[in-house]
Parts: sequence; structure tokens; C-alpha cells
Amino acid sequence: MGPLTELGILNHEGGILMAFIIGIAFGFILEQAGFSSTRKLAGVFYGYDFVVIKVFFTAAITGATGLVLMNYFEVIDLKLIYVNRFFPPSAIVGAAIMGAGFIIGGFCPGTSVCAAAIGKIDAMAFIGGILLGIIIFAETFPLFKGFFTANPKGNMKITEVLGIKDGLFVLFFILIALGAFATVHFIQKKVKKVEY
Amino acid sequence: MKDRSKKYMNPYLAGFFMGLIILASFYLTREGVGASGAFKGIWVSVVESVAPAHAHNSPFYAGYLKSHPHPLQSRLVLLVLGVLAGGFISGALMGRLKLKIEHSPKITSKTRIIAAIIGGILFGFGASLGRGCTSGSALTGMVSLSVAGFVATAVIFGTGYVLAYFVRKLWI
Repeated sequence: MGPLTELGILNHEGGILMAFIIGIAFGFILEQAGFSSTRKLAGVFYGYDFVVIKVFFTAAITGATGLVLMNYFEVIDLKLIYVNRFFPPSAIVGAAIMGAGFIIGGFCPGTSVCAAAIGKIDAMAFIGGILLGIIIFAETFPLFKGFFTANPKGNMKITEVLGIKDGLFVLFFILIALGAFATVHFIQKKVKKVEY
Repeated sequence: MKDRSKKYMNPYLAGFFMGLIILASFYLTREGVGASGAFKGIWVSVVESVAPAHAHNSPFYAGYLKSHPHPLQSRLVLLVLGVLAGGFISGALMGRLKLKIEHSPKITSKTRIIAAIIGGILFGFGASLGRGCTSGSALTGMVSLSVAGFVATAVIFGTGYVLAYFVRKLWI
């Protein structure tokens, strides 16, 4: 039964070691999928390469389905899983700023680390930028403190809001993802190819 | 020898593996993957060692140190070190290890580097405000069916699409 660190089967140090191994696997797959190239990542916004949508949503539905199944077969206790806290104002404004960073910089933090690992100098510049952004946030934090913690909703799950079972929601999620995959295949055929 | 450097894994297969990796992370450590938190941890530890007084007086650093007494020995720092190693291994296997600035032929290397730094600053600030980036907030957040995850995904990609037209010269 998992999660192992919560049930005392794996101690803190063991969990950190496991995080390193999970990181290796995550970085390997990101690079294999082509997420070390901004030209490939940016394709999602211009319709010439939808690898981001395909990988991202396949990962999300695989993970979400897996958690529901593991909970059903009592391999994992879903109640012990960390659910991200939700603060609507800071979450929405923060994500909008990240979206701008994504389209201007071409990476997100995880993909920039992966790209820097294979020698992309622009990825190293992006990482320098991330650090600067964090420093600016840290040093100006008192200005945003109220906004940052405004309207706390706690560890809110979408299935609680909708009032449906996790399994049913995951089914809808899979259907929406399949619809999205079909749509992007159609769009990609219509859009002029970009060489990179 | 055949050039493997443009060969990438089938995206659905890669996504399936990525989903399994996130599941393994939840099973072992109750949390998914994340990247931006590692940079925060590294910076806080730098401030703590260089300017300990500032670290303990500033509400941001003091708050962080209270919940993470050893910022460098945190799960996310190790995870991101792993990403660095995993990316390197894959790049080595595929013949993609090369120091270069990748950019559209329509812009110079200098423009690309400036855009990368600006993008990084925005992402670093946005991920701090939004409590996590594409990995930790959006992807992992959707796997755990959190409202925060779906909102982050929709707003990150939505803003990207809204702004794409205005910065198209950077990419196409």
C-alpha cells in the first residue's frame, strides 16, 4: 500500500533518493520526446507540431487513470495523495505570467533543465532568467503577500466541485483528450510545415 | 552512420511513460514531479549562507526556511538534478549533445538569448506566484484532479495562444 513515505515504509532520505531516480526517468523521457527543442515546443502555439499536447495530455490521463485504478485495487490510498492548494487570484495571474514566459522564452522550467543538459545555451539563459524571476518575487514578496494568500480554497479537487466520482471524471477527461488528439492531427495536416 | 539526432519517441508512448513516472512518484513520495521549486530551494540556500540576517528577516525566506530547514536536501532539488542527468543520458544516446543556441533563422542568436532571459524571468516569477510551474502545478495537478492543476493548464496555454501572434517572429 502506498504512498510509501506517508506510511513510514520509506524514510525521508529514501524518498529523496527516489526523487533523484524519478528525476532521471523524467528528464530522459522529456528529452526523448523532443522537449529539449524550443522549436518543437513552440509548434503547439503555431500549429506545426503538437508534440506538447500529445505528450502532456497522454501523461495526464495515464496518471489520473492509474491513480483511480491503484486506489480501487488498494495499492495506494488516494486520501494521502497531495492535492495542490488553490488560491484563485494568484493561481490565475501566476499562470498567465507563465504563459507569457512560455511563448517568449520557449521553455518551461523542466524542459529548460533538460535542454541545458544537452548543451542548449539558450536554455541556460532561460534558467538564469528563472533565478532572476524568483529573486524578484522573493525580494518584492511583501508587496504581493496579501494577493498571494487571497481567497484560499484549500486542497480543492475538481470532482468535489462537480460533485461526481473520480472515476467518472477521469472517463470524461480521457474522452476530451482523445477529442483533442483527433483535432490536433486534423490541424497539423492543414498547417504549413516549418523546418527546424 | 544514420543521423539519429532528429529522431524522437512517439509522443503518445512518451506521454504514457511520463504518466507512469508521475504515478511512481505519487506511490513512493505522495507527490508528483516539479521543477521550479528546486530553483527556489537553491536560491534560498544561497541567501541563507551569504546573507543569513536577510534570510531570517525577510518574510519570504524566513517562511520558506521554516517549512524547509535544509533547502538543498529537498525532494525537488534532487529531482531536478535527476532531470539534468536523465536529459544528458538521452541526448548522449541520440547524438544530440552539442553546445548551441537554437533559434528561428529569422532572428539572431542575441535576440534569442534576450528572449530566453525575459521568458525565464516571467516563468520564475509566475511559478512563484502561482505555486508551481507546468510540471508541478499543471501536469501533476491534473493527475491528482486538483482544480489548481486544470486552471493552471488552461491559463498557461490560453495565454500562450493569445500572445503567440504578437511574438510570431521569434518562432516562425
